[in-house]
Amino acid sequence: MIDVSKHKVLIANRGEIACRVIRSCRSLGIATVAVYSDADQESMHVQLADEAIHIGAAKAAESYLDVQKVLQAITVSGATAVHPGYGFLSENTDFARQIMAAGVRWIGPAPDTISEMGDKDRARQLAQSAGVPVLPGSQRFATGELDGIEEAGSEVGYPLLVKASAGGGGIGMRLVESAPQLLDIAASTQSMAERSFGDGTVFLERYVKNARHIEVQVFGDGKGEAIHLYERECSIQRRFQKVVEESPAPGLNETLRRQIAECAVNLARSQNYAGAGTVEFVFDDDSNEYFFLEMNTRVQVEHPVTEMVTHTDIVAMQICLALEDDSLTLDQSQIAHRGAAIECRIYAEDPDKMFLPSPGLLEVLTFPQEGEDVRVDTGVRQGDRVTPYYDPMIAKIIVRAPDRSRAIDAMANALKETRIEGPRCNERFLLNVMNHPQYREGKVTTRFIDDNLQALTRNAIEEPVV
Amino acid sequence: MSTDVELQTSGNIWKVMVQPDQAVAAGETLFIMEVMKMEIPHEAPCAGKVTAVNINEGDEGLDAGMVAVRLEPL
Repeated sequence: MIDVSKHKVLIANRGEIACRVIRSCRSLGIATVAVYSDADQESMHVQLADEAIHIGAAKAAESYLDVQKVLQAITVSGATAVHPGYGFLSENTDFARQIMAAGVRWIGPAPDTISEMGDKDRARQLAQSAGVPVLPGSQRFATGELDGIEEAGSEVGYPLLVKASAGGGGIGMRLVESAPQLLDIAASTQSMAERSFGDGTVFLERYVKNARHIEVQVFGDGKGEAIHLYERECSIQRRFQKVVEESPAPGLNETLRRQIAECAVNLARSQNYAGAGTVEFVFDDDSNEYFFLEMNTRVQVEHPVTEMVTHTDIVAMQICLALEDDSLTLDQSQIAHRGAAIECRIYAEDPDKMFLPSPGLLEVLTFPQEGEDVRVDTGVRQGDRVTPYYDPMIAKIIVRAPDRSRAIDAMANALKETRIEGPRCNERFLLNVMNHPQYREGKVTTRFIDDNLQALTRNAIEEPVV
Repeated sequence: MSTDVELQTSGNIWKVMVQPDQAVAAGETLFIMEVMKMEIPHEAPCAGKVTAVNINEGDEGLDAGMVAVRLEPL
């Protein structure tokens, strides 16, 4: 058994997830190192960590995304392990490899797994060989090579999505309603992908009209054993990015629920997956079919939803696995799902202006009282400035209750207790989601926000009378 | 009478597509902000001639409402 207290974890991230990782390290008795840019000198994650190292300018490319600068911070601090959080370098294979080559532990899956799952087309193939259903799709088309794409489009069927192989997080995909639009949209997606990811390769995939986004949290030991921590429903999205997540997925019958979880576990096992990962599915609400979407090889933003219903600490599990702490045992029968949990993401953006980002000084910032069933994960405090450099998400509110309807009420109360002045934020919008009859019924698809934009933005939705 | 194109939000300037004296069509993109990982294009509200450009590519931390481009409508 390794003495974890001899370790020192560097968190190659910022904001709420850096604070979140520091919290787990602290509970395990492990020292922490924060890294920060010019814009984050006074940030919460810098103050929470035992040490902090400046790594460059405010622009992410010159600090949090600069592999050499982060590697230098690792050397200087004498960190023995690195937690990448999500975003930034968390899915950068080269970064993971260099860390391991330096004899430092990488808190994440093997670099080969990251690179294979990061390539959507390759990920599809691997899912297929693991017996996981995939959406009808095409071969890849490299930049400027669109020969045969029209035939491929007819085979996949319309409407379809043009997707960049190197894309992610909703970036790099375009909807094509009918055949005549295909060539133009494919060409512009290629040039966008070339500019954004340095790789313009695209492929086509069936578009499910009434789609739900359901994902399964998995955890593997890196030697072929893996368990699941049940599913999360993440259908409430704007611009292909999640806004509200919950577990269990409403209205999903036990058979389907078990099948989806088993598929996810099979994929993780087939890859000898190490640590926390998420297998994302598109669920067709009309046919009850589900299809593999992608696998995220890192901790997810919405992992607290799962922690609340399974009484686990996923980040602590990641750390223990990477540090070979044998107190970690993976036993499916020990993972029970109890009650319902919901997470709302607080974004500094204006829902009334198509979610226009809204940086600024947080003049007032009051979150609901935390407790056993209410959790707030944030990286900012009153008086902090939300800068234009990074993601607009400033906090996550997570609640737990014995059932979904009580969880919705608890979330509505938590949102009413949230006061933010300065940057325009989405707390009223989220309250409207909680009070929307369609959401209350659990009948949501990924089009929910688009379909109900006016009701969700202009005025407050009346609370239902019970 | 001139028309002012103001920054819709505070943030950084990613690309500037126009320069003074240039004629632009209504709806043409004048410049693109980069704020919180999002590109926010700003378009010409009317056809006109650019009389002033008060921003540069790479400017950081500008305030919402700042007059970025001034147009003389045609």
